[in-house]
Amino acid sequence: MGDYPSRSENATAGDLGVTESHTRAAGLGVSPSSYEEPPFGGGGALPKKKRFSMESGFRGLSVGAGAMVLVIIVAIAVFLISKAVPAISADKENFLTFKQWFPNETEPRFGILALAFGTVLTSVIALLVAVPIALGIALFLSHYAPKRLATPLGFVIDLLAAVPSVVFGLWGRDVFMEPVRNFSEWLNKYFSWIPIFGGDGPFGRSVLLGSLVLAIMVLPIVTSLSREVFLQTPGMNEEAALALGATKWEMIRTAVLPYGKPGVIASVMLGLGRALGETIALALTLGVVFNISFNVIENGGNSIAANIANAFGEANETGRGALIASGLVLFAITLVVNMAARAIIYRRREFRDSAA
Amino acid sequence: MAKRIEASNVSSYYGNFKAIDGISMTVEPKTITALIGPSGCGKSTFLRSINRMHEVLPNARIEGRLTIDDQNIYDPDVDVTAVRRLIGMVFQRPNPFPTMSIYENVVAGLKLNGVKKKSVLDDAAEQSLKSANLWNEVKDRLNRPGAGLSGGQQQRLCIARTIAVEPQVVLMDEPCSALDPISTLAIEDLMFKLKDRFTIIIVTHNMQQAARVSDKTGFFSIDKTGDPGRLIEYDDTQKIFSNPSEKKTEDYITGRFG
Repeated sequence: MGDYPSRSENATAGDLGVTESHTRAAGLGVSPSSYEEPPFGGGGALPKKKRFSMESGFRGLSVGAGAMVLVIIVAIAVFLISKAVPAISADKENFLTFKQWFPNETEPRFGILALAFGTVLTSVIALLVAVPIALGIALFLSHYAPKRLATPLGFVIDLLAAVPSVVFGLWGRDVFMEPVRNFSEWLNKYFSWIPIFGGDGPFGRSVLLGSLVLAIMVLPIVTSLSREVFLQTPGMNEEAALALGATKWEMIRTAVLPYGKPGVIASVMLGLGRALGETIALALTLGVVFNISFNVIENGGNSIAANIANAFGEANETGRGALIASGLVLFAITLVVNMAARAIIYRRREFRDSAA
Repeated sequence: MAKRIEASNVSSYYGNFKAIDGISMTVEPKTITALIGPSGCGKSTFLRSINRMHEVLPNARIEGRLTIDDQNIYDPDVDVTAVRRLIGMVFQRPNPFPTMSIYENVVAGLKLNGVKKKSVLDDAAEQSLKSANLWNEVKDRLNRPGAGLSGGQQQRLCIARTIAVEPQVVLMDEPCSALDPISTLAIEDLMFKLKDRFTIIIVTHNMQQAARVSDKTGFFSIDKTGDPGRLIEYDDTQKIFSNPSEKKTEDYITGRFG
């Protein structure tokens, strides 16, 4: 604050100095016209700093904006906890280990386990499918595709991110389900000896369908962020790798991927955040079954967010509290995942910092 | 170890722009050759043409013939990565891999070539760092990030990385322009030492440096901006700096360059 005195102050304070130097200036042969405006450095007494200025105004605004985040977070947490605690204490079963969801009965019985399991399972499968493809696309766009192709293709990918999730959900349920069901039957016919592809059907509205729809939704996020990071690889490091006799793929492995790793992890975490919180697309595509099963092709699956969307309409007071409690668990899962990601990023922080 | 580089009538292009025109020179093994000349005269382009780094840029191509011990570098059947392993390069700005430790940086080229054995890598790292006059400064912190060293140390690290793959020729593109005089001196000492094993070609803007380190000097120039660079004179360094045959060379060396 006050480090940069405004020009007007300077001008007033400089008046004395100008008249003084004017007389000397003539003698030194410097054109007096150069003193019509007082010199920036001024002269005479040092200007006082202002008590109120734009400086302190902006400072106050930005501090206020920062504080508002905390206020909102605390308000949300207080709301969630105050609604969740009464519902959980009314629960006749253990909230963390029970698998069913009957919160609206006179003897409410509900637990988060099956929902949390379904949430994590669909998200993990979605990422397993989406991330390799997304990284492939990102590398293609950043290092292989000619510029004429990379720009429109990148635009199309970004467009994919802008499609509302309800559209993905409807498309998944009405269009994508048929091929997924056929694929599931094929998997079941030939690979039923692998437990995840076992079962007797019916197939279709399964974890597989939900995960694949999620994968398509996560794909553009991971792709466009990774592409940005890959493009930021310093050209001189790429040249260093090439000059050592690296092929293009070796150059990418030596210079591009290690450099982009923290960014890629961040992009995957953002994708995971979207997958974990995705509501309507999963509510439309999953089979809504409360159990814990690794079978991915049979009708079934559920997730915390989808359950909230499905059950909120008919929920009574305790039921709503129970759903809010499930939301708290989702929040906790996301928090843990994000912290784990940060831990990975910061592990080799020394290398990042010294590179900057 | 060291090999002879021969250029005959080499012209390099960026798209339709001709950057250098008809360069011919022979660089003998185990010598240091300096390329001097004003900015934009194609010294670096010529240097990058020698190890085919020129063609990394889009639409870049060359005409003419470049050989290493009579093998055509631009033969369509030649593996470009093999050329670059044979002809190493040190860049203008130190460019250690930022995500790698000092050790990993030095052995990066060997790992690219499929060397996996720890003992071989350890030996190569120690030998290369010693050759690059860096071993004593870093031997206790080989696992620290390479980018954490000072500029001069980083450049010597890059030299160590380049010579770790045992090239025949080392190209240096203004290796000291980002360094202070003491680091520059360290690199020059190093070049004298490396001369016993490698053929060295160095681009430099520093004429004292060219006079100090090189056996032969090539002077590049352009007539005006947009024209391709040409090799004006190529001779023993002694002669170039004391009694050049060309007026242009003399003007440049004495600082009277237009």
